[in-house]
Amino acid sequence: MERQIGTLRVKTGLAEMLKGGVIMDVTTAEQARIAEEAGACAVMALERVPADIRKEGGVARMADPEKILEIKEAVSIPVMAKARIGHFVEAQILQALEVDYIDESEVLTPADELHHINKWEFTVPFVCGAVNLGEALRRINEGAAMIRTKGEAGTGNVVEAVRHMRTIMSEIRALTAMDEDELYRAAKELQAPYDLVAWVAEHGRLPVVNFSAGGIATPADAALMMQLGADGIFVGSGIFKSADPAKRAKAIVEATTHFRDPEILARVSRGLGEAMPGLEIGAIAQEGLLQHRGW
Amino acid sequence: MAGSVESARRSSPEIGVLALQGAFREHAHMLARLGVATREVRLQEDLEGLDGLIIPGGESTTMGRLMAEFDLVEALRAFARRRPVLGTCAGLIIMASRTTQGRQPLLGLLDITVRRNAFGSQVHSFEADVELDLGPRTERQTFPGVFIRAPWVEEWGPGVRVIARCGERVVGVEQGALLGVAFHPELTQDMRIHEHFLRLVSAARR
Repeated sequence: MERQIGTLRVKTGLAEMLKGGVIMDVTTAEQARIAEEAGACAVMALERVPADIRKEGGVARMADPEKILEIKEAVSIPVMAKARIGHFVEAQILQALEVDYIDESEVLTPADELHHINKWEFTVPFVCGAVNLGEALRRINEGAAMIRTKGEAGTGNVVEAVRHMRTIMSEIRALTAMDEDELYRAAKELQAPYDLVAWVAEHGRLPVVNFSAGGIATPADAALMMQLGADGIFVGSGIFKSADPAKRAKAIVEATTHFRDPEILARVSRGLGEAMPGLEIGAIAQEGLLQHRGW
Repeated sequence: MAGSVESARRSSPEIGVLALQGAFREHAHMLARLGVATREVRLQEDLEGLDGLIIPGGESTTMGRLMAEFDLVEALRAFARRRPVLGTCAGLIIMASRTTQGRQPLLGLLDITVRRNAFGSQVHSFEADVELDLGPRTERQTFPGVFIRAPWVEEWGPGVRVIARCGERVVGVEQGALLGVAFHPELTQDMRIHEHFLRLVSAARR
């Protein structure tokens, strides 16, 4: 029997299976167990959550392999891990560790200011951030099997996540109304390959799953992003920087499933304790914004 | 139940797709291509009047916890006593009676033991031909198997018929009108598994 591994269908397929779920940032095996118990559909293993990276500064890198293996050992759900933008050797190491997905992430300090990782070279699938349709299609062209809108990680402020999701959805809708002549021009303006632009115009969606990330801190935030068209939710600092992580994690999972049911949303939002401290985007200097990393 | 009387009067069936988490939309698309009406199921009342149910792929622990939290476990068991159910991948796990490791909420519909992530982590996910045996009146056939962090069936009871194998491994079973496969027909263009399920649904409505 011949088995084909690393095909586009199994790469994008795992993302399809994550849909309607919540992927949670964890830094220890104990946090990973709490996330799994709360109903996370996957965990993201990293050294520090974005709020701490923002606070402490310095160069943020791939997590210690020892820690990633501990987290893999602790849970049965998929384990993702972050590599720096353009750092294909971190990605090679993560593939050797058999993580289930690699996030080529702007939350870590970029290793290359011109090139992203050539993701076609890998068996393990990649998720990449995007703030608009052109960026999403450039990442897909490089082999990304899943997209997440970037938002602004570590702020607990959902405004950028909303901006990026609305931008992508609106750009997709605009393409669906264009004729072929206009699509050639749109491809030029989006700085994205024509074939992908034409595919999106025909189908009215991205060719891969699109999650929302960066600033989601409450069940209401998660449901908002789902109603705006997200296929699922990443929560970074929002859970383990809150007063009662287990309870909040469970509530965000339930809100993501029942995102159109205000009565359930009201019920699960009650008595969660303090959310993570929020940050006004205007209070962050331009060079401090993580969303501008990626090209 | 008033709903089932009503459904018997309808000329074409309506199939529910459990929509707690996972690839439920792909199943709905597949059924739409076969001209069948579908309904997303998140709460008990969504089951009312349905002729069959699909439990999709996704994370079985996530779906299991949401099933328990929203009081779906007993409702789904009662539904499966009256109507056909198809589970794919995580859906197969949810329908099982036992897993080889760990505890998680299961429906115990199929008398089988499954091994989760049996083929390994995502880098070992694969596509391969599956040998399909859908019953005495159909020919043995191959089916394009898409296996994503897939389980396999480790043990099965006497009432369970093996319907799919990949190499040595059992990756599909049938027990009465309950059907479970470890792979993802909904991610392919091949509709034979769904057609087979709809035949079970038609038979149950007669």
